[in-house]
Amino acid sequence: MHSLIFDIAHMLAGSLVLVSFMLLYQDRLYALLNVYALHAFVLALSVAWQAYAQDAPHLYVTATIALVFKAIIVPIVLHRMIVQLGIHRQVETVVGIGPTMLLGIGLVALSMVVMLRVTAEADPLAREDLAFALSVVLLGLLIMVTRRNAVSQVVGFMSLENGLVLAATGARGMPLVVEISVAFSVLIAFIVIGIFLFRIRERFDTVDSQALDLFRGERS
Amino acid sequence: MTFNAVTAVLVIPALAALVLAVLPNYRLTAYLNVAAALLTFLAALSLFFYGRPLPSAYFLVDDLNNVFIVLTTFVGFTTSVFSASYIGHELETGRLTPTALRFYHAMYQVLMFAMNLALVTNNIGVMWVAIELATLTTVMMVGIYRTHEALEAAWKYFILGSVGIALALFGTILVYLAAQPVIGQGLDSMVWTELVAHAGAFEPALLNVAFVFLLLGYGTKVGLVPLHAWLPDAHAEGPTPISAVLSGLLLNVALYALLRFKILLAANPNAFAPGPLMISMGLVSLLFAALMLYRRRDIKRLFAYSSIEHMGIVAFAFGMGGPLANFAGLLHMTMHSLTKSAIFFAVGSIAQVKGTQKIADMGGLTETNPVLGWGLVLGVVAIAGLPPLGLFMSEFLVVSSTFAREPLLALPLVLGLLIGIGALFLCLNSIAFGEPRGGTAKAKGSYVPMFAHLALVLVAGIYLPGPLVAWFQNVAKLLG
Repeated sequence: MHSLIFDIAHMLAGSLVLVSFMLLYQDRLYALLNVYALHAFVLALSVAWQAYAQDAPHLYVTATIALVFKAIIVPIVLHRMIVQLGIHRQVETVVGIGPTMLLGIGLVALSMVVMLRVTAEADPLAREDLAFALSVVLLGLLIMVTRRNAVSQVVGFMSLENGLVLAATGARGMPLVVEISVAFSVLIAFIVIGIFLFRIRERFDTVDSQALDLFRGERS
Repeated sequence: MTFNAVTAVLVIPALAALVLAVLPNYRLTAYLNVAAALLTFLAALSLFFYGRPLPSAYFLVDDLNNVFIVLTTFVGFTTSVFSASYIGHELETGRLTPTALRFYHAMYQVLMFAMNLALVTNNIGVMWVAIELATLTTVMMVGIYRTHEALEAAWKYFILGSVGIALALFGTILVYLAAQPVIGQGLDSMVWTELVAHAGAFEPALLNVAFVFLLLGYGTKVGLVPLHAWLPDAHAEGPTPISAVLSGLLLNVALYALLRFKILLAANPNAFAPGPLMISMGLVSLLFAALMLYRRRDIKRLFAYSSIEHMGIVAFAFGMGGPLANFAGLLHMTMHSLTKSAIFFAVGSIAQVKGTQKIADMGGLTETNPVLGWGLVLGVVAIAGLPPLGLFMSEFLVVSSTFAREPLLALPLVLGLLIGIGALFLCLNSIAFGEPRGGTAKAKGSYVPMFAHLALVLVAGIYLPGPLVAWFQNVAKLLG
C-alpha cells in the first residue's frame, strides 16, 4: 500500500500543513505574501501529483490555476496594492505568536483525530489527504481570527481555500473540481479587487471586535 | 435538453441580466427588470399546473423545491415592482449614479438566476456554486451606496459569507467521499436523488461530520446565531429592495440547502439525528434576536434582527420534525418571506419620507402618511404573530406541536416570541403614533407590492385553500 505514489502525495500534503504553520508566525506582510505564494506552489505540486496518481488529466487544470493565479498573480497584485495604498507593513496580531502556534498544533491534532476516525473505511490516500486538508482549513480560520489587518485576513482565507482544493482533489474522481476551483478563484479575485476598491488600509474591522463598535449604526 | 419551465426560470434571468447590463436608460431597465421577473414568476407558476420535467443529473423539481421556486420568483417579482418605483428617488437624491443603477438591475437578475439555480439543481456541487454566486451578487449590492458604512457592511458580509461558503464546500466534499464507495466515482455521487436512494449504505460517521460542516456553512447564510454577525449590517446599509430580497429569499435558499442535507441524513438509519442541533441553534437564535430587538436605533437593523428571530423559529420547527412541525415550519417560512418583504417595502418608503433610518427621528407616521403608517402597523402586527394574520397560525402550530411532544422546549419558545412582540410594539408605538417627527414628504415608492403581500398573509391567516394544505402536508412528509 505504501508505494512511492502514496508517499509523495503524503509528503506534499504534509508540507502544505507545514507551510500553513509558517504563515502563522510571519510578522511582516511582504513575508506573509511570499509564504503564501509558497503555499500555493506546494498546493499546485500536490494537485499535479494527484492528477498523475489518479490519472485524472482535468486536475492539471486545477494545478495550473493554483500555480499561475494563486502563486504568481495574486501575491504580485497584493504586493503592489500594499505599496499603492500605503498599507502598514506589520502584521498586527490579536494573540501572541506563541499561543497561536500552540492553538494551531491543537487544531491539527483535532482534525487528525476527527478525520482519521470517521474515514476508517476510506481509501488511505484520500483519508490522509482529508485529514491534512482539514488541518489547513482550520489553520486558515485561525489566521483569520488572530489577525487584524484586512490583507492578512485575506491571506488566511486564501490558505483556507487551498485546503479545500486539497480536499476536493484528494477525493478520488470527484466531479466539478475544476469548476469549483474556478469559482473560488473568482471569489478570491473579488476579494482582492474589493480591498482595492474599498481602500481597506489597515484594520477595517471584519472580525476585529475592537474596531467593530465604530459603525454598528447604534452608537451615533 | 428540451425547453421547459425549469430552463425558463434559469434562462430568463440570465438573459435579462445581460440585456440590463448594456442598456443605458434607467427607466427602461427598471421596467425590463419587472418584465423579466414577471416572466420568471409565470414560468415557475407553470410548474404547478403543467407538470414537471423528470429529474435529471442536473435538475430536479419535486414538491419541496417547487414551493421555494414559486415563492422566490413571486417575491422577486413584487420586489422588482417596488424597486422600480423606489430606485428613481435614490437617483434624484444622488445616492446612486446612473451607472450604479444599471449595475444594480443587472445584479438583481443575476441574483434571481443564482437563487433559482440553487433551488432547481439536483447536484450538490452546483448548488454550492449557485449559493456562492448569490452571495457575491448580494455583497456587491450591499456595498452599492459606497458610503463607509455600506462598504464596511459589504466587507463583513463578504468575509463571513466566504468562510461559511468554504465550510459548506468542505461538508459537500465529505458527502461525496461518503457516497463514493457506494455509488462509485463520478458525477452520480453528487446527484442528490442518487445520494438519497443510497444513503442507507453510507458511512454514518462521515455523514455526521459532513452535516456539522454544512450546518455551520449554510447556517451562516441562514443567519443562525452565533453565525449571524453579517446580517444586520448587510440589511441596514444596502438598498431596501435588497434587504427585502435578502430577508425574504436568500435566507430561505440557504435553509433549503440545509433541508436537503437533513433529508439525506434522515435516510441513513445509523447517522445521528440532526434535529437537536437545529433545535438548539433555532432556539438560541430566537431568544438572542428577541432580546436584541430592544433598543435598536436603526429601523432596518431592527427588522433584520426580527428576520434572525423568525429564521430561528423555522429552523426550530424543521429540527423538531414530524408532519405537523414541518408543516408549520414551511408555512412560517412562506408567511415570513411575504410579511418581511412587505415590511421592508414600507421601511424603504418611510426612510425616503423621513430622510433617515433612525427610529428616534421618526414619529407620528399614521398622521403624516396614513396609508404608509397603517401599512407598517399591519405589517408589524403580522410579523409579531398576532391573529388573524398568517404568522399567527404558523406560530400557533409550531408552539402547539412542541407542547404536544416536548413541553419543556415550548417554554423558551413562547418566551422568545413574547419578548419579541414586546420589542416590536414598543418600537411601532414610537414610529407610527404620537407627535409627528421627521420629514413629511410624500412617499414615492409604490404601495401595491406591500399591500399585495399583506393581503396574502391575511387571507392565509383566515383560510388556507385545500390544495395548498395538501401540498404542504406532502412536503412535510417528504421532510420526515
